[in-house]
Amino acid sequence: MTTARPTPGAAFWHRHPRLRLASVLGAPLLWLGVLYLGALAVLLVTSLWRQDSFTLVVTRTWTLENFATIVVEPAYRAVLLRTVAIAAAVTLIDLALALPIAFYMAKVARPLVGRLLVVAVLMPLWVSYLVKAYAWRILLGPNGVLDSTVGATPGFGLVAVVLTLSYLWLPYMILPVYAGLERLPNSQLEASEDLGARPGRTFRSVVWPSLLPAAAAGSIFTFSLSLGDYITVQTVGGTSQMLGTIVFANQNTDLPLAAAVASLSVLVMAVYMALVRRTGALEQL
Amino acid sequence: MTRRPFPVVTRCLAAAAVATLTLAACGTESGSGSAASGEPQEAGSANAFTPPDLPMLSELGEPEGQLNVLAWPGYAEDGSTDPSVDWVTPFEQQTGCQVDVKVFGTSDEAVSLMKSGGYDVVSASGDASLRLVAGGLVEPVNTDLLESYADVAPFLKDRAWNSVDGQMYGIPHGWGANLLMYNTKQVQPAPTSWSAVFDDPAAQKGNLTAYDSPIYIADAALYLMTHQPELGIEDPYALDEDQLVAAVDLLKQQRQYVGEYWSDYLKEVQAFKTGASTMGTTWQVIANLLESKAPVKAILPEEGSTGWSDTWMVAADSDHKTCAYKWMDWVVSPKINAEVAEWFGEAPANLAACEETSDPDFCKGYHATDEAYAERIHYWTTPIEQCLDGRTDVTCTDYAAWTQAWTEIKG
Repeated sequence: MTTARPTPGAAFWHRHPRLRLASVLGAPLLWLGVLYLGALAVLLVTSLWRQDSFTLVVTRTWTLENFATIVVEPAYRAVLLRTVAIAAAVTLIDLALALPIAFYMAKVARPLVGRLLVVAVLMPLWVSYLVKAYAWRILLGPNGVLDSTVGATPGFGLVAVVLTLSYLWLPYMILPVYAGLERLPNSQLEASEDLGARPGRTFRSVVWPSLLPAAAAGSIFTFSLSLGDYITVQTVGGTSQMLGTIVFANQNTDLPLAAAVASLSVLVMAVYMALVRRTGALEQL
Repeated sequence: MTRRPFPVVTRCLAAAAVATLTLAACGTESGSGSAASGEPQEAGSANAFTPPDLPMLSELGEPEGQLNVLAWPGYAEDGSTDPSVDWVTPFEQQTGCQVDVKVFGTSDEAVSLMKSGGYDVVSASGDASLRLVAGGLVEPVNTDLLESYADVAPFLKDRAWNSVDGQMYGIPHGWGANLLMYNTKQVQPAPTSWSAVFDDPAAQKGNLTAYDSPIYIADAALYLMTHQPELGIEDPYALDEDQLVAAVDLLKQQRQYVGEYWSDYLKEVQAFKTGASTMGTTWQVIANLLESKAPVKAILPEEGSTGWSDTWMVAADSDHKTCAYKWMDWVVSPKINAEVAEWFGEAPANLAACEETSDPDFCKGYHATDEAYAERIHYWTTPIEQCLDGRTDVTCTDYAAWTQAWTEIKG
């Protein structure tokens, strides 16, 4: 009979289950708690300070001045509304594009073709965000590809921003929707058809309800990524400002104001998550 | 201290609206956050602050083998833009200091990067230099250790933007004016005044460009100096509230015609090359890069212009100070200063550089030795509350107000 020699220290870990748990979860919890939530807390605290624009010294006296500025100054409201509108438009466009593509990948195409399409959807993610944004700059610019082939281009501006962001974040919408459709049994589609439902009715009553959580997950990606963007808008946005560009412009000379503006997007995201939660989508994920 | 262009009452009301009940935001502020900002300040003096007391280098040591350079585009070329333009590699070979160059697009970016640390030398314009000094980010420079300093034009030494109380904080590098560039095919007749971009830009609607920084407000103020003398602007960096409002209104009106703002010089090169931009502010180096690629011309309009006078400065927390001094000495040495000046398109600080330029008339073209001309350019400087033009009966708008205004202008 051979007795397996216990690993050194195994008995120690066995006797101290709490310590064992702590050693396993410690690092990720530290990451989440300190680096992630901690950074958010620092952001909020900083927004209540002020910075001398000349010496750049941050004065740690509590003030709501930064938030007052954001509320009083119409420019910030306009930028906030514009940013939310852009994020919403990008989300809707991506959803509209992702549904047919993902449906084809999951339900129509042969398995091999479906897999290849997944790879094709993922492929653009291998390329740097900047390269793709600049590619759109060349596409949309005057005398650019679009101008010289189609003969018209929206030029640099909000339309260009929405187009570029929709392109950039499309994979983040397709993948969850595709995964959601994969989980939907074909038998349900067949049953719906057998009971005489037209495609539209099948989509509304069978596909969409079971797809909602996946679409909600995808929309969180597209919405939040658009909300925080500042590079695309600088590249193809013409003169347009978004929340991200204001944060970027102010982080040099007025970090507290930048923090206050940044907490706006945190706030918008919190509201959005609450709305998504009310649809019940988060529980079904 | 009023930091924002709108009245205190509005601010308090808004603060109250935000927090339902708060008195904190309405109280007077102590303003004693730092030694630099809280001191009683002498009105009208550009150096109205006490810089932190930092030591300067007394002698050079052994080169440390490494140098992190923070530079305007075109100031530290290592052959990557144009293989024949390279003064970094010979420096590395000569001193053994491995150079790492980081390029910045605006003075704000430079200040922010310096604040984050990790850089040894920086080429600072006047709207960054004093902020760096006041923030304790750069230290006094011992000009006795710099051979090239002797040849620097006297009218660039001990100036408000590079020294405090007679102590130099760096070595002057070069200076020049912001120019008006236009596409000669699209813009006709050829503009001669800044009114082309401020008063009558309608023909270029959607193709106008402007520099994306609050400091661009000074360009509008400079235009108003000539065209609306009743505003009484003496110095485009010393604007009281009314004058700032006038400049902001002008820029808001200009914005309808602007296609895009630029701060990345390569973005402007590309925009003029493709025709996305046809007219707007530029630097000579951008016009030079476009020379054979687009039909553009850059001029100094009749109103004069804003401009820069740059200084190489040493970071206070640098671990490579010997290399930093060697770099400053190298860049401002006659031959290299000539090379940089010709590449970037500016007047070299070193007068001996005028003998070394490949074009013998280069210095003449840039008025490098012409002190009177140099005094006509309104060099970038940081606007502060104490009016830089010497007025004591009003408070001027500071850079925070300008930054705020810039957000409003862009909308």
